[in-house]
Amino acid sequence: MKFKTFAAFVGPSVLMMILFIALPLVSVFIQSFQVTQPIMQNVEVETCTPGFITQTCVIENKTVPVIGDDGKIITTTEWTGLESYRNVLQMDKVRAAIGAGTPRDILQIDFWKALRFTLMFTLVTLPLVIGVGLLIALTVNNAARALRGPVIFISLLPFIITPVIGSLAIYWLFVGDGILTAMMERWTGTNISMFAQAWTIELLMYFYRVWHVAPFAFVIFYAGLQSVNMDTLESAVIDGANRFQRLRHVIIPHLMPLIVFIALIHLMDCYRVFEEIVGFRSQAHVISLQWLTYDLLTPDDAGNRAISRASASAMLTMIGIVFLLIWPLRRTWLDHKGGSH
Amino acid sequence: MSTTAKAMRQSFGLRAASGTFLAFWCLIAAFPIFWITVMSFKSPVDAFAANPLDVIMGPNTRAGGNGLSVLDIALGLLVLFFALRWAFTRLPGMVNTLTPKGLIVVGWLIGAAAYALVFLLVFFGVLPVVLSALNGVAGPLGTPVLGLTTEHYISVWVENEFFRNFGNSMLVTAGVVTISLTVGTLAGYGLARSGSDLAFWLLILALVFRALPHSVLVAGYLPWFINSAEILRPIFGDISPTLYGQPWAVIAVLVAINQPFTIWMLRSFFQNIPSELDEAARVDGCSHFQAFRRVIMPVMWPGVITTGLFSFLLGYNDFLVTSLLLDAQNQTMVPAIAGYFNRETTTTDQVEAVAAAVSITAPLFLLVMVFQRQIVSGLTAGAVKG
Repeated sequence: MKFKTFAAFVGPSVLMMILFIALPLVSVFIQSFQVTQPIMQNVEVETCTPGFITQTCVIENKTVPVIGDDGKIITTTEWTGLESYRNVLQMDKVRAAIGAGTPRDILQIDFWKALRFTLMFTLVTLPLVIGVGLLIALTVNNAARALRGPVIFISLLPFIITPVIGSLAIYWLFVGDGILTAMMERWTGTNISMFAQAWTIELLMYFYRVWHVAPFAFVIFYAGLQSVNMDTLESAVIDGANRFQRLRHVIIPHLMPLIVFIALIHLMDCYRVFEEIVGFRSQAHVISLQWLTYDLLTPDDAGNRAISRASASAMLTMIGIVFLLIWPLRRTWLDHKGGSH
Repeated sequence: MSTTAKAMRQSFGLRAASGTFLAFWCLIAAFPIFWITVMSFKSPVDAFAANPLDVIMGPNTRAGGNGLSVLDIALGLLVLFFALRWAFTRLPGMVNTLTPKGLIVVGWLIGAAAYALVFLLVFFGVLPVVLSALNGVAGPLGTPVLGLTTEHYISVWVENEFFRNFGNSMLVTAGVVTISLTVGTLAGYGLARSGSDLAFWLLILALVFRALPHSVLVAGYLPWFINSAEILRPIFGDISPTLYGQPWAVIAVLVAINQPFTIWMLRSFFQNIPSELDEAARVDGCSHFQAFRRVIMPVMWPGVITTGLFSFLLGYNDFLVTSLLLDAQNQTMVPAIAGYFNRETTTTDQVEAVAAAVSITAPLFLLVMVFQRQIVSGLTAGAVKG
């Protein structure tokens, strides 16, 4: 295919990606070093209230934004260097916490709290998703043929459901008067509130994520199981391998590329954990990196969006992506150079 | 052979354990969705009752005069059964005979919409009238046994005008699916047939883009979208739009976010179509575009439909982009449900939020029912080839 035809085919897609992915990234990078603020001025305002005999007048100094000729607030954009990053990272507090010998205080700062949760979430759910997915695939493979279709249908439901709605569904089961909380209270005889402390919320989030993603792992593993080499399996049996050894030495190595694939996709998706926070309304206890940026972007009570701090937090999130992708990209590059295709 | 078959055979204990686990998984997978569906049909007291049986049977809802009798349930299930059977046996044939060739997708869309309309009319319009007449004469069979009310759905869809959000969701989703498939099909084909270094680098770049958190991108759009009218004024004059709050701007954003995934997936589908096909067409004197139009397009639909399903899910399920880039007037369904959080003070509000959530899930449920095979093949297509 000539370059010109290739460009014509790929052009629209590349244009979309440049316009709406690459350029915004550049813009975020620049914004993170700038602060846009309305110009404020001090005005003396005399307010008078009617009183007996004479009016009572008070003169106040008020800070109000300057209004331009078109009736809009005039803003300035200044270069502030790394200030937004400093505001997000709050290194002085971190140093103070380490200096005072209480490193746990670092987790009071939004960014570090979000980072801790995001990393922990990714690392805890990864083995669970792969394990549960594999277990479902093996048991479905074991089940009668007529059952497989309905089981796959039911399994796809948690995967296909809107993430916010899925986490809401779990939330309603465990909320103060939800059915499962009531059940647990009856068993234990104590009053349980699942959404009052961070660790129970986190447990529910791990549960939700495994519930939501395990079907994806299951479907892929199930497809992989259909192509296991039966001859190898039979010779393993003849060699006296028991069931577990066959799983360990024949089936798992066969599924290894799929495990890597799922792990990669799962790492990317978990790093973006966000919808759980919205669905569980857990922002007072547990937040994630993406939620932090989202929160800075939503208008506060005065209607202002903290764009520059959001950009700084977004850039810091990006650094994590780079670490996440170095290894798979290196591998793909080596494969490509090795001329595998 | 017989010895190995014997060795492969599983002990009873293992089979039982495997079956139990599977049943347990199905329970966990379906329970939350099933439960919120049940909750959405009950009065608030029943929906949050401590006893699960109360939630299912709904004594308070029944006491309020809303309930189904044995007759209602039997007839309702019967109608449901025949409606489903008809949909799977007769409907495909009717669509195939009534639509002109080449417009089969449009035919299916119209057919499905008409079917849904007739079904809703019969099930919620005709059936209740017939049943209320029958219940009056049926005696004990006609007295309500199962509490069930649709008041929450009525207040969500009619009073809170959820249909507006539904319309916005459909608009955004339809836009995302059509545009991202059009753009992505061309790119996927080009990438599959090129094999140059440039194509490789584009794919790697797409992979990096796929990993980006969406909030990072939205942080890039927001200042530009809010001020776009002033930024674009020198170019377009007074017609320059404010992109913030425009559904089509959100469509463009979601298409771009979806592109990396789409081109990877479609590329792997196109690689499965033997390149001898288009080479033969080229020998006969077609240009690349003619070859694509005449030879590839007729055989590419399975892959395109599968990719379209995933684009649909992305557009339909999105919360982050739509909630930040659209304002309250043209909000889609998923962010609109967040509006319930703020005023979710009474249990009635909570059950209304549940009803809204179930309304959002219902189309997805239908989607899995109809397209289960395509979804499974789409999930595996990317992975099994590595």
